Amino acid sequence: MKDEAPEIEFDRVTKSFPRTDGSGGSFDAVRDLSFAVRRGELLAILGRTGCGKSTTFNLISGLLRPTSGTVTVKGYDPFAQFEWFRGKIGIVFQNDRLMPWRTAFANVELGLELNKVERDKRAEIVASWLARLGLKDHGGDFPHALSGGMRQRVSIARAFAIKPDILLCDEPFSALDEHTGNVLREEFRGLLSETKATAIFITHSIDEALKLGGRLMVFDRPARIAYETRLSADMTERDRDEVRTQIRRTLATGLTGNAPGDPT
Amino acid sequence: MAIAGLAVAWQIASYFFPNFLFPTVPAIAERFLEIFSSLDTTLDAFATGGRILLGLVGAFVLGSALAALMARSSLFDRYAYPLLSFNQGIPALSWVVIAIIWFKGIEFRIFFIMVMTTLPGFTFQLLDAYRSMSNDLYEMTLSFRPSRYDLMRTLIWPAVLPGILTAWKVNLGNASRVVVVAELVGATGGVGYQLLLQQQVFDMAGAIAWTIVLVIFVLIVQSLITLIETHALSYRAVSER
Repeated sequence: MKDEAPEIEFDRVTKSFPRTDGSGGSFDAVRDLSFAVRRGELLAILGRTGCGKSTTFNLISGLLRPTSGTVTVKGYDPFAQFEWFRGKIGIVFQNDRLMPWRTAFANVELGLELNKVERDKRAEIVASWLARLGLKDHGGDFPHALSGGMRQRVSIARAFAIKPDILLCDEPFSALDEHTGNVLREEFRGLLSETKATAIFITHSIDEALKLGGRLMVFDRPARIAYETRLSADMTERDRDEVRTQIRRTLATGLTGNAPGDPT
Repeated sequence: MAIAGLAVAWQIASYFFPNFLFPTVPAIAERFLEIFSSLDTTLDAFATGGRILLGLVGAFVLGSALAALMARSSLFDRYAYPLLSFNQGIPALSWVVIAIIWFKGIEFRIFFIMVMTTLPGFTFQLLDAYRSMSNDLYEMTLSFRPSRYDLMRTLIWPAVLPGILTAWKVNLGNASRVVVVAELVGATGGVGYQLLLQQQVFDMAGAIAWTIVLVIFVLIVQSLITLIETHALSYRAVSER
């Protein structure tokens, strides 16, 4: 039954935070947000800075509890049943967040270690991920000795190594130069289609969202769906341009709308 | 080189001043060797070293517990912080008087004085190390849903270790100054006791020799801490150590 249900579901979710200006009030980072993500789907969430993308991300990962409404991931509450999700959710953050006291190998190993995977098995998995991401000869290096791109590769390997059912990515390539970002994005797409993980990819770049493909949602402020579309592989460049224009318009004015002939 | 320069300057001064003010360097060296040629005085030197280490361990354990409570509870922090700040202002000599009035056992008096004088330093430094731990790393580790023990082992302990080592280095210097005062509470051995004896007989060479014993002990422990630091923090770029 759980397989048929959406992998991730937001039902009228609102998340408020107290104001820090001393006024005693609160503000909504996410307001009345509802959406569902199917198993194996790739959803890109696009929005301006401060539109609540990261709050949505933290609600899915169980780091925040909604003020009202319900968030369910694989049929469970990620906040209340936090430990049930051990080994099921992998996260790639905007910055690499590598532990400086661990080598690249040990950083990739972290999730496996916390999931109590046996040492020999861990070593095998880590070595294979380092090799796949071109870091075979850098397993013994500490983070300070790696370039920005290599560090982000390590953090991608760390997230994939636990073989998560759900992968959450918070602007993982935004701090990298364009070339490295493109290379890693391609690798990331390949890994996703190989592992069949459900993925939510947060970005503020329209081009990145279009390159990723899958389903795309644009958030208004506070986080509400202002525009939604599905990008198919057979879309023409002209269709993509139209989507791009629509997204730009939505981001600029907050207008809602659908992509040509492809609403979800 | 600097120490050799100081010895030369001292030796020159000894030619111009009476011996009870500036004893010659060989006379000081002789007294220093005398200390370690007698079992009783050697034990005195080790007793002081032991008291310093025991006091520091006591303050470290208590300081760690206080820092953990202050980090977890803002209510506790609100009460403990001013008390520790107040404690920081109390001179070691006041603790000597309080210890003499409150406690009977000499060793416990010394331990109490050592703990009370180094406790605020340890607590504040450990609390600071905990609070300056990266929130990004905390969130990242939490995303793997670790147990409390695993969170402690994989994140908190390695993150606060540099702070712990710094706290030990700073407090070791404080403790070596305080222990001499603490040993005035009626101790019948130790560097403080021996310094008091040298003062009573006006023996400057002896006083300096005992002071050097204490300084050497501090330097040895400092070197050990540096060795641990070099090994434990080897992950850092050389420029960051």
